[in-house]
Amino acid sequence: MASIDIAAIRKAYGSTHVLHGVDLTIKDGEFVVLVGPSGCGKSTLLRMIAGLEDISSGEIRIGGRRVNDLDPKDRDIAMVFQSYALYPHMTVAENMSYSLRLRKTAKDKISTAIAGAGAKLGLGALMERRPKALSGGQRQRVAMGRAIVRAPKAFLFDEPLSNLDARLREQMRGEIKKLHQDLGATSIYVTHDQIEAMTLADRIVAMNAGIVQQVGSPLDLYDRPANLFVAGFMGSPAMNMFAGTYRNSGGAPRVELAEGVAVPVGEGIAAADGAKVTLGIRPEHVVVTRGGGPGIQAFIDLVEPTGFGTILHASAFGSDVKAFSLERGLATRGDTVSVAFPVDRIHLFDHEHGARIG
Amino acid sequence: MRPKRLGFTILHRAAILAYIAFALFPLFWLLKVSITPNDLLYGEGVRMWPSRSTFDHYVFVLEHSDFPLFFRNSLIVSLSTAFIVTALASIAGYALSRFAFRGKFWIVGLMLLTQMFPLVMLIAPIFKILSPLGLTNSLTGLIIVYVAFNVPFATFLMQSFFDGIPKDLEEAAMIDGATRFKAFRQIILPLTLPGIAATLGFVFTAAWSELLFALMLISGVDASTFPVGLLSFVSKFSVDFGQMMAAGVLALIPACLFFFFIQRYLVQGLTAGAVKG
Ligand SMILES: Nc1ncnc2c1ncn2[C@@H]1O[C@H](COP(=O)(O)OP(=O)(O)OP(=O)(O)O)[C@@H](O)[C@H]1O
Ligand SMILES: [Mg+2]
Repeated sequence: MASIDIAAIRKAYGSTHVLHGVDLTIKDGEFVVLVGPSGCGKSTLLRMIAGLEDISSGEIRIGGRRVNDLDPKDRDIAMVFQSYALYPHMTVAENMSYSLRLRKTAKDKISTAIAGAGAKLGLGALMERRPKALSGGQRQRVAMGRAIVRAPKAFLFDEPLSNLDARLREQMRGEIKKLHQDLGATSIYVTHDQIEAMTLADRIVAMNAGIVQQVGSPLDLYDRPANLFVAGFMGSPAMNMFAGTYRNSGGAPRVELAEGVAVPVGEGIAAADGAKVTLGIRPEHVVVTRGGGPGIQAFIDLVEPTGFGTILHASAFGSDVKAFSLERGLATRGDTVSVAFPVDRIHLFDHEHGARIG
Repeated sequence: MRPKRLGFTILHRAAILAYIAFALFPLFWLLKVSITPNDLLYGEGVRMWPSRSTFDHYVFVLEHSDFPLFFRNSLIVSLSTAFIVTALASIAGYALSRFAFRGKFWIVGLMLLTQMFPLVMLIAPIFKILSPLGLTNSLTGLIIVYVAFNVPFATFLMQSFFDGIPKDLEEAAMIDGATRFKAFRQIILPLTLPGIAATLGFVFTAAWSELLFALMLISGVDASTFPVGLLSFVSKFSVDFGQMMAAGVLALIPACLFFFFIQRYLVQGLTAGAVKG
C-alpha cells in the first residue's frame, strides 16, 4: 500500500492540451473517485499514473518514490480496464497468475494466491475456462482477480463496470466496496456514474476540461458544490439553475429572477448589490404545494413517475422548474401549484465565473 | 414455401459446385495429362480421362531428371524466404501498428512505392548489384531478392493483424510486470498466429512459384529452382507435356503440405473473449 502524490501534472498531445496542471494527494488506503464528462482527461490521468502515457510536465510519486521515468512494470500498481483486457489464450487461473509468474513467485505461493482471490470473487469453478467462455460479469471478476492476486501498491480502475447491465453493476459496486474494506488498498477509480462515485468514494475529484474543479467527500460535493460545473454535474435529476440579480439594499437579501419574482436568500453572501448571479436549487429541495400555498405560482407541464418518487416539471417565471418528491399523485399535468425555495437549500454562484458565493 | 426454399438450396449448392469445378479444373487437367501415356496424349483427342494411365512420367522425373535437386533448391529458397520475411514483417508491422515515430509517414510511403513498379523494370539493376557481390547464380542471392520484395506487403499484412488486437492487452501485460518485448512475445504473438500463418503461406507460395528473377539471376542447374526447371521440358523441337505435368503435380505437394500444417492457425478465432463482447 502507498500514497500517491500528483503535482502540477500536465499532458499535451502535440498542440492539444489535455491536462492543465493537476494537483492531487491520495492518502494511503484511500478510495478516490475521478468523475467528469467524457473527454475531460480522466483516463489520461489514470494512464499517466500507470505509466502508459508519458508525463509532459509535473511529477508523480507513488509511496514517496518519483515514478515519472519508471516503466509500468516497475511501478507495482494494478489496473482494471474498461474492456477487461483478459488474455484470451490463457485460462482464468493463468490470467490471474500471469503477474506472479513474471515475478518468478514460487508455485505453491501462486496457487494459494489465486485460490484466495478466486474464492473472494466466486471464481472457484471457472479456473480452467478461457475468457471467451465467460459471461461479462465473470470476465469482470477475473479482471478484478488479476489485480488483487499480487497485492500491489495501488489499484487503478478505468470505468470497470460500464460494460455491465444495471443490475450487475449494482452488485459489482457492492463487491468492490467490500473488497476495498477488506484490502484497504489505495484506489483510484474513474467513472461516469454518479451513484458509483457517491457510494464508493472516500473522496471525489470532479474534473472538467483537464482541470480539477473540486476535491472533497461525496456529500461535500453534493451539498456545497464549489462552482456551477460541479453543481450541474453532481446529482440526478440535475440541479435547477436560474439567472438573476442579487439585491441587498432596500430590504432583506434576495435574488430577483425573471417576471418580478424575488427569492429571499441568506446573509453573508459575497456579492455586491446588483451583481449578476446564478441561483441553484436541487429538485428534491423544491417545495411543491397544491392550491394557494406560499411561494411562486407554477403550472405542471410534465409528470415523470420513477417508482421511487416523482419528478415534476413546472413552468414558473418563464423557466422550467424541476421538483422531486417522494409523494405520489402530488400533482397532475395542467395543475396550478406553488413552488418554494427554502433559504437554507439555495446555492448561489457568480454568474460570470461560476464560483460559489453562498 | 417449402419447395421454393428447397429450390434455392439446390441452386445455391449448384453455384458453389460450379465455382469449385471451375477453380479446380486446371489442377485436374494437370493430373490427367501427367498420367496419360505419350502415345495417347495427341491420339485420343480431348477426353476427360485417358483410356490407359501410367506413372512413367513420374518415374522419369524422379529418377532421370534434375528435378529432385530443383525441388531441394526451391524448398530452401521458399522456406528461408517465408521465415525471414515473416520474422521481419512481424516486428516491423508491430512497430507500425503501435508506435508513433518520426518519419513513419515517409517509411510507409516508401514501402508502398516499392510495390508500384513492375518487377521487370528492376531486373537489370538488381543483376548489376548482385553480380559483383557474387550473388547471382546463388540461392542466397535469390533469398535476398525475394525477402526484399516480399517484406513491404507482408509488413502491411502483419500490421493489419496487429491492429486487430486491442492495445489494452499488452498494456495490461506491462502493468502485470512484463517488458514491452515480453508482452509482445507472450501475449500479442500467440494471438497473431493466424496472421503469422497467413503471412508464411502467402510468402511461401510467392517464392515457390516465382519465375522471373529465378530465370534471370540463375543460369546453372545447381542453383535452379523448380519453376526454372519446368522450362527444361521445353526443348527446341517439342514440349514434353507428360513429364512437365508430372513435375508440376510433384511441386504441388510441398505447397499443400505447408498449408496443411498452417491451416489450423489460419482459421482460429483466437482473440474471442479478450475484451468486452
Ligand atoms: N493520442 C491522443 N492524441 C490526441 N488527443 C488525445 C489522445 N488521446 C486522448 N486525447 C484527447 O484527450 C482528451 C482526454 O481523453 P481521455 O481519454 O482522458 O478522456 P476521459 O475523461 O477518459 O473520457 P471518457 O469518459 O470518454 O473515457 C480527449 O479530448 C481526447 O480527445
Ligand atoms: Mg476514459
